[in-house]
Amino acid sequence: MNVRRLAAAVVPPLVVGALFLLLWEGVVRVFDLKPFFLPAPSAIATAFVDNTQRIWEAMVVSGGNALAGLVAGTLVGIAASFLLMRFNILNELATPLAVALNAIPIIVLVSVFNNMFSITSEVPRRLMVTLVVFFIVLVNVAKGLRHVQPTHLELLRSYAASPREVLVKARVPNALPHLFTALKIAAPTSVITAFVAEYFGGSQNGLGSRITSNVANSKNAVAWAYVVGACLLGLTFYLISIALESISTHRRGSDLGGA
Amino acid sequence: MSAVVVNHVSKVFNEGRTNQVDALVDIELAVEPGEFVSLIGPSGCGKSTLLRLVADLIHPTSGDVLVNGKSAAQARADQDYGMAFQQSGLFEWRTVERNIELPLELKGWDKAKRRARAEEMLALVKLTEFGRHMPWQLSGGMQQRVAIARAFAAHPRLLLMDEPFGALDEMTREHMQSELLQICEATGTTVVFVTHSIPEAVYLSDRVVVMSPRPGRIVDVIDVGLGDDRTDDTREDDRFFASITEVREALRGIEQAEILGGVEDR
Repeated sequence: MNVRRLAAAVVPPLVVGALFLLLWEGVVRVFDLKPFFLPAPSAIATAFVDNTQRIWEAMVVSGGNALAGLVAGTLVGIAASFLLMRFNILNELATPLAVALNAIPIIVLVSVFNNMFSITSEVPRRLMVTLVVFFIVLVNVAKGLRHVQPTHLELLRSYAASPREVLVKARVPNALPHLFTALKIAAPTSVITAFVAEYFGGSQNGLGSRITSNVANSKNAVAWAYVVGACLLGLTFYLISIALESISTHRRGSDLGGA
Repeated sequence: MSAVVVNHVSKVFNEGRTNQVDALVDIELAVEPGEFVSLIGPSGCGKSTLLRLVADLIHPTSGDVLVNGKSAAQARADQDYGMAFQQSGLFEWRTVERNIELPLELKGWDKAKRRARAEEMLALVKLTEFGRHMPWQLSGGMQQRVAIARAFAAHPRLLLMDEPFGALDEMTREHMQSELLQICEATGTTVVFVTHSIPEAVYLSDRVVVMSPRPGRIVDVIDVGLGDDRTDDTREDDRFFASITEVREALRGIEQAEILGGVEDR
């Protein structure tokens, strides 16, 4: 039963993907496209196998940056949302700040960060990821801490609960699914931010910079092989975030029921 | 000593501003131990406000409220009363039994004692086998029974209920009314019950307090002469209908439009 459902979910996209690669290979061969324009999938596969070690090393660098930023941004974001809720004045700041930061491409800040640290430092990239993750976590967790059911608050008041007890018994558990939502958004975003940050200079050791340097050297197939590595890394982070989300929905069930 | 004394209480919201509302004006009410008193009236008559004043969830603008001979604030601090609302207000991340244990946790009871009491309460509302379930796995009526079990958990002598059956269908509602009466009978609990259903108020209550809006005040207090032994047959008793008529007439004294706006005749 479950195997059949799994097959039904997995087989069609795999078939479509394989057909797409075949078509790509066919187009490259039939029209005799030059490798500097578009390399064939078979050429990319060869380049991938030939460079496995170097791609892996670049994945570790970019992935490490993404992970470090994800963890730091989450921790600081959680801490900041508690502060926001402790000092109600800051509440009014949170929402406009979130909107503003969504509208501004803060990624450009990485060049400013690059100026602040040594040229070989990974700190600017990690800082960039931290900043992006921080705001995603802050906005979501702050919302979860604030938007508690009024009935829950009245009940706890009727039990003469202290503010600390209200925090522990109602606000924190209420914010937990919001944290998982934030992580689900932040995990893939952290990888993308880590790649893109590499385009703004610094050491040439990550996936993003390897892609640009190989393109610059007309090693197109190798550049594409690094793109494959980037896809794999992105998928890994995405799967982790999906797993986190399923833990949180499993705890509560998907349906919160009627009155 | 009365279970609840409301002494010349008035409540004004947004005092001194253009949107000032006189929610309650000079309310006088005493509820005796073991008594079941309903507050009924159109929307905006301040019945929920009055209940929240007794619970010390809000404070009166003038006058004072005594619960078990203490100030309402002291009674709240001592958890002298249990509360139930129209929304069951179950904490969806807690199992049914841990929901019932919550008021006991805040009283500092140890785990074994809490668990034993939760089991006792689950038996009381006939949900023994559902202790380990999550709230969302239960029907609306069952969730409301858990909320009532939670309200009874600390064995309060007073129960404050704000339309607890308002979101339930007619049959579940009547069933829950009978169950509530049995539990109150068995435990000797005093109840103040807010509703806008006339039959519900009459079936449950020893006295029905009829309130009118703008400003909120008590217009009549009707003694329901149905005795202590109420069954489903009571709903077909002539005295039941007589009391319903009496409450309805009292409500009719209030402006007609407001009755149509707020009171459901079910």
